[in-house]
Amino acid sequence: MTPPAPGTAPGPILKVEGLSIGFDDTVIQQDLSFEVSRGSIFAIMGGSGSGKSTLLKALIGLLRPTAGVIHIGDEDYWAADEARRAHIDQGFGVLFQRGALWSSLTVAENVALPLRLLSTLDDASIRDLVKVKLSLVGLDAAGDDMPAALSGGMNKRAALARALALDPAILMLDEPSAGLDPISSKRLDDLIQELRDGFGMTVVMVSHELPSLLDICDDGIFLDADSKTAIAHGSPASLRDTCDHPTVHAFMHRDSRTGAPQVQRDRA
Amino acid sequence: MTSTAPSAVSVSDASADRTLIDDPGLGARKNGGRWSRREQGSTTTITLSGDWVAREDGVEIGVGGRNLGPDVRSISFESTGLGRWDSGLIAFLLSFRAAASERDIAFEPAGLPEAAQRLLALVAPPGSPPPRGPRAPMLDRTGLWAMSAAAEAAETAALVGNIFLRGAMAVRGRAAMRGRDLIDTMYGTGAAALPLVALVNVLMGGILAFIGVTELQTLGAGVYVADLVAIGMVREMAPLMTAIIICGRTGAAFAANIAAMQGAEEIDALRAVGIPVFDYLILPRVLALTAMMPLLYVFGCVVGIIGGLIVGAMTLGVSTTSFLVMAQQSLTLGFLALGLAKSVAFGAVIAVVSLRVGLRAGRNAAAVGAAATSAVVAGIVGVIALDAVIDLCASVLGI
Repeated sequence: MTPPAPGTAPGPILKVEGLSIGFDDTVIQQDLSFEVSRGSIFAIMGGSGSGKSTLLKALIGLLRPTAGVIHIGDEDYWAADEARRAHIDQGFGVLFQRGALWSSLTVAENVALPLRLLSTLDDASIRDLVKVKLSLVGLDAAGDDMPAALSGGMNKRAALARALALDPAILMLDEPSAGLDPISSKRLDDLIQELRDGFGMTVVMVSHELPSLLDICDDGIFLDADSKTAIAHGSPASLRDTCDHPTVHAFMHRDSRTGAPQVQRDRA
Repeated sequence: MTSTAPSAVSVSDASADRTLIDDPGLGARKNGGRWSRREQGSTTTITLSGDWVAREDGVEIGVGGRNLGPDVRSISFESTGLGRWDSGLIAFLLSFRAAASERDIAFEPAGLPEAAQRLLALVAPPGSPPPRGPRAPMLDRTGLWAMSAAAEAAETAALVGNIFLRGAMAVRGRAAMRGRDLIDTMYGTGAAALPLVALVNVLMGGILAFIGVTELQTLGAGVYVADLVAIGMVREMAPLMTAIIICGRTGAAFAANIAAMQGAEEIDALRAVGIPVFDYLILPRVLALTAMMPLLYVFGCVVGIIGGLIVGAMTLGVSTTSFLVMAQQSLTLGFLALGLAKSVAFGAVIAVVSLRVGLRAGRNAAAVGAAATSAVVAGIVGVIALDAVIDLCASVLGI
């Protein structure tokens, strides 16, 4: 009773091995490896400038890595030809940091567009599915609104409805709570969790919002701007409670005085 | 794809608990997804099986309303044979829930997968749609349109008034305008436009000469081609064609630039820190364009006459000196003054229209494109209309 997912292998839905990303001479990430289990909510954590969003771009095929392999299901994403990659892409739903709704289309048209262009469904079916997606995110009354008329929270939920349009196997979220007030942020977190539980999809979430990370994520990695790779693996809660890497510790405890002395003081 | 709702039923039990079983084949979907309906007393049970994938099978539209008999008091589900599913199944279930809600029938989702129950719980129960206000009467709409047009005219008039007031202050060095911005904009609207102005005007002069040669020669007046080109370019074509080029090139850029700044809240940021938007953004553009247009016009006249000379010399065999002497003799200071006045007026119109369009643009990506289009269309129409008015006035004044 699970939605369709890319590949049929029972292993992780997403596996990254020895990944390096960069532009020209600038290295953003190097030798990065991790796995994302099916049905989990996986956090990509780290401070500003640690390359979280850039890694997400590589995961969704917007940025070709300089080295390494990204397996989606049992397929090597970048080894596949363009047509196959486009097919795999349809298994991703992406929520961009600023929503990125198409401003010339209404909210309902935003959700309908992927279905119109990438499926053979008739108009009536598309209308019904759009209604379901908007209802799921609580925006059933806002279908005719233009994106410019939405509040920040509504914009994020509308973008989430669009990300769900094709019933993706993997939902990629870039800073979903950024710019939202704590109540809207909590509502969005709950919604993401409900959608994951409901559709059984896997969620990969880039965030540095501690409450969100601790609230909903089952697993994750912590990226470091200095070493340009993951310096810790595990759920945000476990990293908060057990990780003694000074950067991770400082991040998880909102401590601006990074470095070993702080950890030693805490231990003492 | 939408499956047809079951219509044929087979009566399998005629006892007190009447059991009707739909033909499952009629509820079958492309990839093995099936549903059937069983009525037992006042309870309807929907049995789901197989895969329910929306993109492969489509959605069952409005199926709920058609499949609940008049005596049904509750609806339940059985899903032990259900395979893969996604939002297509949720749409199907919501259709039953909406129909049940309309007719006060109990909707019992307990037999559904727990995940589906959670998703159904996320969707608010159907309520009455928000009332839509009645469409305003024609008279009201006309009034509203007129008020909106009047407000727009007032805004534009205020912009023009501000240009005069702040422009005068700027000349005295009292405006919060950066000289560097003015010079950059003058370069962008003037020097950078020279190649395009040259190309269009040289072609325009050539075309005028070509028409003159073919038409005037039949009357034995081919020698007047120089007069035609000179007067045509100086009085009419150079200011008009230069204005149209600048409208498409600079006017569109002004409007798009200001609209993009609106969208990115850059203009709000200027206001927030107390920088006068008018002086900082509007004034340099208006002054630069109004100052550059006469120069571009003069340049356009020169290259237009050269274009006419090339065609005239090639077709009539007139010497360069004769052509230029005739052209000079045909021109008066009045023609030049008229052309200069036109170019200044056209520059001001293009600047005002494009900046006004940019300032009233919406705050999204589409608004930037719409602003550029509106600025070009309104600017060209405005320039041509103004040209007609100026020509009429010049004719009355005997210029």
